[in-house]
Amino acid sequence: MSFRNVVLSVAALGAVLGTATVGAHARDLTVVGWGGAAQDVLRSVYFEPYTKASGNALVEDSYNGGLAKIKAMVDTKTVTWDAFLIEAPELLRGCENGLLEPLDWNKIGAKSGFIDAAVSECGVGSYVWSMVISYDGDVLKDGPKNWADFWDVKKTPGKRGLRKGAKFNLEIALMADGVAADKVYEVLATPEGIERAFAKLNELKPNIQWWESGSQPAEWLASGDVVMTVAYNGRITNANKEGKNFKISWDGQIYAVDSWAVVVGSSNKTKAMDFVAFASASENQVKYPLGIPYGVTNKRAIAALPASVGAQLPTAKANLVNALNSDTEFWIDFEEELNERFNSWAAK
Amino acid sequence: MLQPYASTGLKIWHYTFLVIAGLGLVFLILPILVIIPLSFNSTSFLSYPLTGFSLRWYEEVFSSAVWGLAIKNSLLIGSASAFLATVLGTMAAMGLTRANFRGKAVVNAMLISPMIVPVIISALGLYFFFAEVGLNATYTGLILAHTALGAPFVVITVTATLQGFDHNLMRAASSLGANPWTVFFAVVLPLILPGVVSGALFAFATSFDEVVVVLFSAGPEQRTLPRQMFDGIKENITPAITVVATLLIMFALAMLGMLEYLRRRNERL
Amino acid sequence: MDQTAPITAPEGIADDISLKVKLRRAERKRKLHAMALIAPLFIFTLSIFIIPIGLMLWRSVDNPELITYMPRTVIEIQNWSGEGLPDDVVLGAMALDLREAYKAKKVAMVGKRLNYDVSGMRSLIMRTARKFNRQFPDQPNLDAFLKADKRWSDVKYWHAIKRASDSMTPFYILASIDRQVIDNGEIERVPENQAIYVNIFWRTLWIAGIVTLSCLLIGFPVAYLLANAPAKWANPLMICVLLPFWTSLMVRTSAWVVLLQKNGLINSTLQGVGVIDDPLTLLFARPGVYIGLVHILLPFVILPLYSVMKSISPIYVRAAESLGAHPAVAFIRVYLPQTLPGIGAGGILAFILAVGYYITPALIGGPKDQMLSYFIAYHADSTLNWGMASALGMMLLATTMILFSIYNRLTNATGVKMG
Repeated sequence: MSFRNVVLSVAALGAVLGTATVGAHARDLTVVGWGGAAQDVLRSVYFEPYTKASGNALVEDSYNGGLAKIKAMVDTKTVTWDAFLIEAPELLRGCENGLLEPLDWNKIGAKSGFIDAAVSECGVGSYVWSMVISYDGDVLKDGPKNWADFWDVKKTPGKRGLRKGAKFNLEIALMADGVAADKVYEVLATPEGIERAFAKLNELKPNIQWWESGSQPAEWLASGDVVMTVAYNGRITNANKEGKNFKISWDGQIYAVDSWAVVVGSSNKTKAMDFVAFASASENQVKYPLGIPYGVTNKRAIAALPASVGAQLPTAKANLVNALNSDTEFWIDFEEELNERFNSWAAK
Repeated sequence: MLQPYASTGLKIWHYTFLVIAGLGLVFLILPILVIIPLSFNSTSFLSYPLTGFSLRWYEEVFSSAVWGLAIKNSLLIGSASAFLATVLGTMAAMGLTRANFRGKAVVNAMLISPMIVPVIISALGLYFFFAEVGLNATYTGLILAHTALGAPFVVITVTATLQGFDHNLMRAASSLGANPWTVFFAVVLPLILPGVVSGALFAFATSFDEVVVVLFSAGPEQRTLPRQMFDGIKENITPAITVVATLLIMFALAMLGMLEYLRRRNERL
Repeated sequence: MDQTAPITAPEGIADDISLKVKLRRAERKRKLHAMALIAPLFIFTLSIFIIPIGLMLWRSVDNPELITYMPRTVIEIQNWSGEGLPDDVVLGAMALDLREAYKAKKVAMVGKRLNYDVSGMRSLIMRTARKFNRQFPDQPNLDAFLKADKRWSDVKYWHAIKRASDSMTPFYILASIDRQVIDNGEIERVPENQAIYVNIFWRTLWIAGIVTLSCLLIGFPVAYLLANAPAKWANPLMICVLLPFWTSLMVRTSAWVVLLQKNGLINSTLQGVGVIDDPLTLLFARPGVYIGLVHILLPFVILPLYSVMKSISPIYVRAAESLGAHPAVAFIRVYLPQTLPGIGAGGILAFILAVGYYITPALIGGPKDQMLSYFIAYHADSTLNWGMASALGMMLLATTMILFSIYNRLTNATGVKMG
């Protein structure tokens, strides 16, 4: 290796570093979903058609929810996401704390064209999903019918999958303890109610395996790691498309709306708004439940859904027995505090 | 090892010992041997017995934009940081072996510190620091971070090679009129090359395997192979992961072979 | 390192002063040259490593939230004695600060900071700020605060504000050892249901200890086998140690996930040979963490032990045996002591690495198996409590430094080298 070669390679490296730094200028539109099977559907229904229609390249990412990631991006001035899906309480909190851009509703269309739960300053609802009990029909002949059965480790021993975090688990614990669905948030609003929920969770604790990403429940049912699990209904139906015989118990399901939002300070703000508008248009939304059985929010899309799809949705009449509508207001006020308590409880 | 006149008790002890050692070796190599065949499985189930031979998962990885980007990023960040670490580390090692001065032990400890500090602390320190200077989610940031983490390995390997180096050779060359660059490239480098190259390999491997800094500081565009695998393991392990794992095992074998070659060469010198 | 000794002057001209001066000058030039070579990496490491970590550790005492977003309140509350509720001057300043922080969308930072100290204070601050923003009180006195939220009559909230008003706080460091400052200024243990970190510190040491011990118990025979195997076996056996060592961590972790799952190879094999009836829970549980960590750290124990054992001459054991010692006695009294430096170096190295491990426990452990590193990352990216992350980081760093100085003393004294 001669001296000249060394100088040349240093120069070449400098050039690489230089372009890499300059390369940080124009980031492609980055859209973020929940990963796994749900993201596959997002890709075919929204991402790819959007790129085709607009000519804008689109980079995907996935996360497991929460505001932390967004806040960290904003605080560290490293906004690498543009449009993303978010759960309802986080949406409203994020909007209030200045983490989200107010949406351009002129692009999206009339607010009256959407169900009420889908309309807010910083977000537009995309779909209605639900938390249900699921088990492998080939393993359990007599599976759990409701939350009380879910807690019954004598009848069916083995691990249960639950989503890590306070939200949903406290509601579920109260329902398992005999609280009626329409009284859950009333009880939970009192300190005694919270004690009661944690006490009930504590009973099941040795048998709980916590999941964080939406693909894990179906994965664990398939591998036999859990005998029954709480899961997003769509992931279960889609696992069955691959030849599984997973069952859903809808009794006591909790349903909620997920929305599209845009991170404040996004360098692709205009494109992100365009994407959100594209993904909220009825002709695009209507394809989503065909890929994964979640309800949609655009009233015209709801009207256009075939009946066969409608029966699998969280909002189908037969599935709404004892159903609980996740209370956004409650979780705006208490999610962070209850999560703190939940985490120190779970780590012990 | 075992004497022919050993008693029965001793024999039992000896063989138990051998069995434990053997099991230890099996334990070490088992996960690596287990994961390779799964990458050729025809279905997506990650369990034995295999259902049939297929290359479909390899096709999937090689045609996937996500894995392609991850491979490209890993190679780019790995080679750039290994290069910088090698240049800086070799210079420092030469300085360290050239003269004694006050505070040398402290300087030495400081240069080695990225190797000792738990990586979560380094990652967090860099994450906050990069936030201030705008280097999060940039290639430059990751390259600089991995350079810092890789340089100690170069310092150590090159210092070790220089222990056997005769500094009089340098004096001889300069007294014959060679300038310092010529002295380095014509006299020193050829002799310490095995140490430099193995240092560079260590630095490259450090970057290639690093995931915690990437977890905090990289944006979606800078995702590296380990980062992509981290997501895969957290979400669900697909056969695509086993394909990448197999490729990385091949890579490790190549590294191992190269290091062994360098070690032998160094011993000959 | 002995090249660095100054060249001694030849006999006869030792009294030649100009030569001495020349030599000294040459020596100084050499030193400068050496320093110039070290400087680039030194400056690089300082600025890309040491300073960032220093700045991070600073966050464990830094307390900028109230000073920045409640500038009037922090000044006025200094005059409050702590007896009874603060006067109207403090309340007026506070009302103004709250409204402006709300308008600037920064009041959440204040609420979050105070909530670390007194649980529930975030909602108190947010609610009050929201109300004051909507309708600023004509008389920002106690009544106005009580109208916004009646909790303001409790003096503990005002104490929390006063505690958070200094530019530096012992809060995070105390919290990392489960201690807190209470309203009368004394330091006290936090209530049992909130105490967590001391426990996690011991858990971290415990897991690292078990892992180190297992590594030594498995590593010793393996190293012995490698050091004493016939030449044609030594190389293939060595590959069994070196290949995992060089294989990516993520590869090994994913392999263990596949192996350890409920219907994985380990469970199905054990069931197949009839050792167990029901599959064991290995993944997301303590056994998985032990297995994964031992696998990763084993080479770090085997390699130094191997290098020590390679250098032990067999004649000592043979001598002991020929003098009539039982082979077992010879092994324990003669061979084992000679391997102690290797055991010490490998063991401490494994312990240091285990204490700071993050990825493997995070991926194959459950919440009850997480160590300090996990909680540092958790506070850094989930709760965004960076003060807490830094305080725990300080704890981990201090532990590592202490262990490393022991390691350094051991290896320097005995000359054991890695790899």
